[in-house]
Amino acid sequence: MPSESNLSSQTLPTHLTRWGGRIYAIIGLSVLLVMVAALATTVGSVKIPFLMTFQIMLSKLPLFHITPVWPSGIETIILEIRLPRVILAGLVGAALATAGATYQGLFRNPLADPYLIGVAQGASLGAVAGFLLPTTWHGFGVEVIPLFAFVGAIASTAIVYGLARVGKSLPVTTLILAGVALGALLGSIVSYLIISSGEKMHGIIFWLMGSFSLSQWSEVKLVLPYVAVGAGVILLYARPLNVMQLDEEQAQQLGINVERLKLVLLAAATLITAAAVSFVGTIGFVGIIIPHAVRLIWGADYRFLLPLSVLTGAIFLIVADLVARTAQAPTEIPIGVITALCGAPFFLYLLRRRRKVIF
Amino acid sequence: MIKIEMQNVCLGYSGKEVLTDVNFQVLPGEMVGLIGPNGCGKSTIIRALTRVISLYRGRILLDGKDIASIPRQELARMLGVVPQMPLLPSAFTAFEVVLMGRNPHLSLFQYEGPKEMDIAWQAMGRTMTHHLARRRVGELSGGEIQCLLIARVLTQETKAILLDEPTANLDIGRQVEILNLIRNLCLENNLAVLAALHDLNLASQYCDRLVLIDNGRVHAQGTPSEVITPQNIKEVYGADGCVYTHPVNGLPSVLVNPGNGRVSNLRKIMERDEV
Repeated sequence: MPSESNLSSQTLPTHLTRWGGRIYAIIGLSVLLVMVAALATTVGSVKIPFLMTFQIMLSKLPLFHITPVWPSGIETIILEIRLPRVILAGLVGAALATAGATYQGLFRNPLADPYLIGVAQGASLGAVAGFLLPTTWHGFGVEVIPLFAFVGAIASTAIVYGLARVGKSLPVTTLILAGVALGALLGSIVSYLIISSGEKMHGIIFWLMGSFSLSQWSEVKLVLPYVAVGAGVILLYARPLNVMQLDEEQAQQLGINVERLKLVLLAAATLITAAAVSFVGTIGFVGIIIPHAVRLIWGADYRFLLPLSVLTGAIFLIVADLVARTAQAPTEIPIGVITALCGAPFFLYLLRRRRKVIF
Repeated sequence: MIKIEMQNVCLGYSGKEVLTDVNFQVLPGEMVGLIGPNGCGKSTIIRALTRVISLYRGRILLDGKDIASIPRQELARMLGVVPQMPLLPSAFTAFEVVLMGRNPHLSLFQYEGPKEMDIAWQAMGRTMTHHLARRRVGELSGGEIQCLLIARVLTQETKAILLDEPTANLDIGRQVEILNLIRNLCLENNLAVLAALHDLNLASQYCDRLVLIDNGRVHAQGTPSEVITPQNIKEVYGADGCVYTHPVNGLPSVLVNPGNGRVSNLRKIMERDEV
């Protein structure tokens, strides 16, 4: 035993109290997020000068009074087409990354992603049902497809939860198995419906691969509250989620009400995932890779992992959507293709460079 | 100061009763050892005390209050546990794991502040684990993890401590070091300490009283001299004639005596495990 260190280190060394640069990472990523969002708004098929974009956006803020010197068509492109799209992409990226980190923590399983317990298949089935409805059902002032996708996502998770419950407890492995089994069942129904959907097949497949091409402010307004509340609740539970990484028995012995924690976090993560996928489709890869990339760089502590995942997920999906709509303009590439195509090599690079225990 | 009382406790798993009518007490400032053959239910008693499993019958009182009525977080402020070979998240640092001991003292809206970190650091000092603080727990040895878990329970600042085989992974030097530490803490802070131990010699040397469990019941309880007798050892472990008197302090010591004892002990283990 090094007796010297016992004598000299009775006071807490500062390297343990400092947040190890992670607080700077949060600030830095916040700045980066704003910059990426601004950049993504200026880039597009119609060339709009950088400065003009900023002037247009600043003119809408209460503190700035800038006389419009730009055509109103340009203003519409910036404010009504690009900005809501960028913000929605950011929200969805933040939601999926947060939900992924939460599921991984809750299940203590690095392979968990937001779709592990049936959310994606439920949403897909709902969306497909929405597509196949007779058109007379559409146009009650609600968008049928997102509504059905949302309901499908929530309903399938609720069924999985009900199936997996044993008495008063919810064994995690049973939950995963029930989720995978129900997901397979719903997935096969979706496949069958797609095959027999005739001329609607293209629209369905496009939805399933994910796209932000129809983003509007109304969608941002609908998704934002779910993501804000859900992610807020999850961030509150960051410290208990750390303790849950021990195992359920130790977590209980350290004063955690494990069953309540599981219920709250499952509900919050499912809600933000359902809200995210209902408008833009089941975008893959973000939910599993972003939390792991954050772990690789900044460590496994959920107090930092969660906020850093929110920011990184938002930045990642804004950039991916930017690539999706500009790389092959005027054709749009499905965002799901881009997330994996750009994200996987970067993640593999991180994985090779930092060979250490990450989970 | 907290007193632990088990009153007519019956316990088991999925309907099968493992322990019947267990009665014993742990008083403040007292270290009680739970001993008995493998699989006799020592760990089960510890799990029941922390309400991880519920009782079939009987009740457990902590400070006169039934633990079934104590909220989990409050229970974790009264009673801390050093589990046996637990799962630890390998990517967390040793300091982060020790700091988790503060969880019962924090509300949902609180993160660990300098005060919490200081308590954790002092606890690591007492278990001589300062040098491990920044290491990831996945890289640590069994003995180092044991010391961290004890630091964690000290960080929890409870008035009662349960230990499940606290010396199982340690060499003889560390065994003595850790048990001395626990013993001193128990006396200085008037803690009620209950330790499941499989090493009868350590149990005899360190505990004020012992509870010997066999076949789902309390076989004997009392001071080490009352419990570790040739007759009890033969009845419970099937080992013959191996209790001696410690040459320095006169407490009972168990020394292996190969021969018939070895054969009958082996047979007993094989019968139990149905080999």
